[in-house]
Amino acid sequence: MHLLVTLILQRIGLGVVTLFGISLMIFFAMEILPGDLAQETLGQSATPEAVAALRAELGLDQPAITRFFQWFSGILHGDLGTSLANKRDISELLVSRFKNTLALASYSAVIAVPVAVTLGLLAALYRGSIFDRTVNVLSLSAVSLPEFFIAYLLIFFLSAKFGLFPSISNVSADTSFSEYMHRAFLPALTMALVVTAHMMRMTRAAIINLLASPYIAMARLKGASPMRIILIHALPNALAPIINVVSLNLAYLITGVVLVEIVFVYPGLGQLIVDSVSKRDIPVVQATCLVFATVYITLNLTADVLSIATNPRLMHRK
Amino acid sequence: MWEEFKKAPLSAWFGMLMILCYLVLMVFADLIAPYSETEVVSFQYAPWSSEFLLGTDNLGRDMLSRLIFAARNTVGIAILTTILAFTLGGALGLLAATIGGWLDQILSRLVEMLMGVPALILALLLLTVFGTGVVSLICVIAVIDATRVYRLTRSVAMNVVVMEFVDAARLRGERMGWIMRREILPNIMPPLVAEFGLRFCFVFLTISALSFLGLGVQPPTADWGSMVRDNATLISFGDITPLLPAAAIGLLTISINFIVDWMLHRTSGLKD
Repeated sequence: MHLLVTLILQRIGLGVVTLFGISLMIFFAMEILPGDLAQETLGQSATPEAVAALRAELGLDQPAITRFFQWFSGILHGDLGTSLANKRDISELLVSRFKNTLALASYSAVIAVPVAVTLGLLAALYRGSIFDRTVNVLSLSAVSLPEFFIAYLLIFFLSAKFGLFPSISNVSADTSFSEYMHRAFLPALTMALVVTAHMMRMTRAAIINLLASPYIAMARLKGASPMRIILIHALPNALAPIINVVSLNLAYLITGVVLVEIVFVYPGLGQLIVDSVSKRDIPVVQATCLVFATVYITLNLTADVLSIATNPRLMHRK
Repeated sequence: MWEEFKKAPLSAWFGMLMILCYLVLMVFADLIAPYSETEVVSFQYAPWSSEFLLGTDNLGRDMLSRLIFAARNTVGIAILTTILAFTLGGALGLLAATIGGWLDQILSRLVEMLMGVPALILALLLLTVFGTGVVSLICVIAVIDATRVYRLTRSVAMNVVVMEFVDAARLRGERMGWIMRREILPNIMPPLVAEFGLRFCFVFLTISALSFLGLGVQPPTADWGSMVRDNATLISFGDITPLLPAAAIGLLTISINFIVDWMLHRTSGLKD
């Protein structure tokens, strides 16, 4: 067990270092900006005095490295600074948006994960059959389509033609659970469709890879039933790749959310970042980026830790 | 060669036929399109008619003509970006694998850092810094995509660098550049070619997505992503016109994926 703990701790340490590196990158990316934030906010026609005053107010007269550590220690204390556009506290802004995005991502994950893993298992089991080929072509097509196409297709049929679900998912903190399920159904379904295709293909590939190993052939020669081979022999070893597939796709949901939120006017993080980019509200863009990166890295980290922890070969090692 | 083609599955044939159509549209856009790219020819949102086959858009420009011109703009930008990404990522990956040591360490850590942020989010961050416009769009996406190309090139080249014929070339005193170009590059080409198709799809979808968000190709240039955005309101009235540019994007990526899928299947030698 000692080796297992060391491996996991190493992986977590690496994750923390990467995250620190990314926050460095996010901060210093803005330093490449021609001129600086003060000049950018006030425009070309501003007097040098006004620019200097704003610079002092924003603390831009200090060296970049000092400002980085101020920014970074602020983040560690939960203070992300204030928005340039409306002078609001960014942490406050992010928390409610982040909750909405998480809710949407979990909603679609709940739809997508069971369907994808089952379909992937079945396609691997009945490899080469009509079922496998149909699923293969369909999933390949779904992977290739832009998210907004699927989103508008769903709006066109389920909202405009049949009026089953609203095309704008207007949710707030006091929307009831059943009402939320109804209003957020279309965005959740859009993401679920895209992610299911990815996840299903990866699960299929992982299982097929595994079924080619000698010990499976051995089990088959012993006369074990196909179900037994899949569940008892293949699945424990396939757990790591499947966990990886699921987490990779959950991480993918985090990005996919941006487009889907825009199409359905869903008040989440994705909409916030796009709005802030077009308004060039740099502190908000930085903070949102950091949140996205943190979630992304945490998901990858969890997947790694889980696949280390569930690896039968590591577990039974003396 | 022809024998191989004859054995291609239906999906791959469909893909090749479609790509041929797109190429014809790109090259002969001026001849095929009934109106010009930016000319306002009618009132806004004119319905489908014999005069305007697919109606007009939010400013009264002919939809069909813009769809055709967008093939040239959107696909052209995506191809350029992918080539740039491959040149940059491929060259650095090759260098890292051949020279190794501190250069490999620095580049690999940097790439790891860049890949720690989801691609679209990183693109949004960098576009905030460099501003929105075609040039910065191409550069930003090329750099982001180069990280993925770097990873692949480096790992494939690593396997070739340790081969005897590379050692032999080194021992007979060939220069580093010569070894990379004549010994390593030809041996890592096949996986890179398949990857080119996949990376192109990714680049193409990212650029369309950014244009759809209003942060990519800027008006009045015709572009599929921004065309969807501009005309999206029509969908709630049950009009499918805004879906056409999105379908054009999807059809191209599906076609490429079908071909790549067939190529990968063939080269992997899997028999199922």
